[in-house]
Amino acid sequence: MNIFDIIGPVMIGPSSSHTAGAVRIGRVANKLMDGQTPASVEIILSGSFAQTYRGHGTDRALLAGIMGYHSYAEEIRDALDIATRRGIRYEFIKKDIPGAHPNTARIHYRLEDGSEGTVQGASIGGGNIRVDLVNGMKVDFSGDSNTLLVMHRDRPGVIASVTNLMRWEYAELNISNFHLSRTERGGDAIMTIEIDTLPPDTLVDDIRKLPNVTNALLIRRL
Amino acid sequence: MLKYDSIRELTREAENRQVKISELVLADQSQVMEQTPESLVDQMRESFRVMQEAVITGQKKDQRSMSGLTGGEGFLMKDYAERTGGGLCGSFLTRAISRAMSVAGCNASMGRIVAAPTAGSCGILPGCLVSLYEDRQYPEQDIVMSMFTAGAFGMVIAANSSIAGAQGGCQAECGSASGMAAAALTELMGGTPSQCGDACAIAIVNQLGLVCDPVAGLVEIPCIKRNVSGLMIAFSSADLALAGVAPRIPVDECIDAMREVGNALPASLRETAGGGLATTPTGLRLREQVFGK
Repeated sequence: MNIFDIIGPVMIGPSSSHTAGAVRIGRVANKLMDGQTPASVEIILSGSFAQTYRGHGTDRALLAGIMGYHSYAEEIRDALDIATRRGIRYEFIKKDIPGAHPNTARIHYRLEDGSEGTVQGASIGGGNIRVDLVNGMKVDFSGDSNTLLVMHRDRPGVIASVTNLMRWEYAELNISNFHLSRTERGGDAIMTIEIDTLPPDTLVDDIRKLPNVTNALLIRRL
Repeated sequence: MLKYDSIRELTREAENRQVKISELVLADQSQVMEQTPESLVDQMRESFRVMQEAVITGQKKDQRSMSGLTGGEGFLMKDYAERTGGGLCGSFLTRAISRAMSVAGCNASMGRIVAAPTAGSCGILPGCLVSLYEDRQYPEQDIVMSMFTAGAFGMVIAANSSIAGAQGGCQAECGSASGMAAAALTELMGGTPSQCGDACAIAIVNQLGLVCDPVAGLVEIPCIKRNVSGLMIAFSSADLALAGVAPRIPVDECIDAMREVGNALPASLRETAGGGLATTPTGLRLREQVFGK
């Protein structure tokens, strides 16, 4: 904790959990889309998010995050209109996600080229979030650290190739957390790697070139 | 490096080194965050400016919350202060009250605020500090420095008690904000570090047990008005400490008591909208008005 965790964050109101945290969940989707504007998004609101989203602007906050705005951006208030102007079709669905944290949103996006993806995250208090699912696979990260997501095929040696690359080509990077998840043996898998410092831009490109890696993304500290 | 595990640590260190708490904390945070003191002061000044803008935004006549339940309170109070030459409390305090409510209103209408320590209690510190800046001509640099004292007190409260309504009730949000503001005001008025601790203690004592019972679960009723009581208690607590009226229970023990009281609060009074004002007939009717049955 530092002084700006108490005098701060600078944010758009009214609620750190239902507004600022919601922007951050949306921002994870924005990073997954590599900053592209989606053609459409479908957002499931669960628990307290479903019950009170209108009064807290949770819907605007999520869309603003999806469009890449920060939790202090005044555009959040007008995010529904901005999304419409950008040609984004959006839909909010109130639906309970069993077992999910009370403040949970699941964002499903489609890009112009037909590719799609999913993020599920929970706002766990004070504007902090926990990302639970990416493209149907379990992950567990907060966005408080720089987080590397490596999508790959479940084959022997892929983890070693990624960590070896980091060890030998980016020796200054220190991994603070590592999580692996896969759909099935030999199927799609995802590594969640939290790193203490911000890695150089070249890291993601280098990881993408490794065999059996389908994609890699860096989610900078939110 | 400071541990921020007691107010006593802060006041004793500051008095030993014969510096203000804010100076002690700035030096420490600069070391911890590996940034120059100047850059931290710049960042804090930016936050103070956001607070000033939030006052202006929230003081507009047509300010309305997202739910439509509240709006225009800051304007009404400012208008009243001007019309009556300061009402009962006098010009300085009525204007300060208007500012606290305006910032809380700005928050409710999706304006930009600084959580201090939370969004629900965001009007208290700006209500105090912007008033000293605009109506008493305190230098911006001193005001910005005092925010480091407020923040350090908040860090200790967060570590030993809580600053979340869901955990400790409103005492943890508006009570903490008021204690932080009281410490900052005392330092600005030239009080000693231990007087800053005294002011914080008195402010906490006055809000011990305050429950978090928001109507419809929204940060509006009663949050906006509780920012006013938090501000008033901050001013009176700072004045008491400066007058030499010491609290009989030391500030760190008050913070421990706040934690104990918070733990004893039922879940219905900890930001769940399950009790208190939220479940009064009118509270329930207002919820229905916003969210339907």
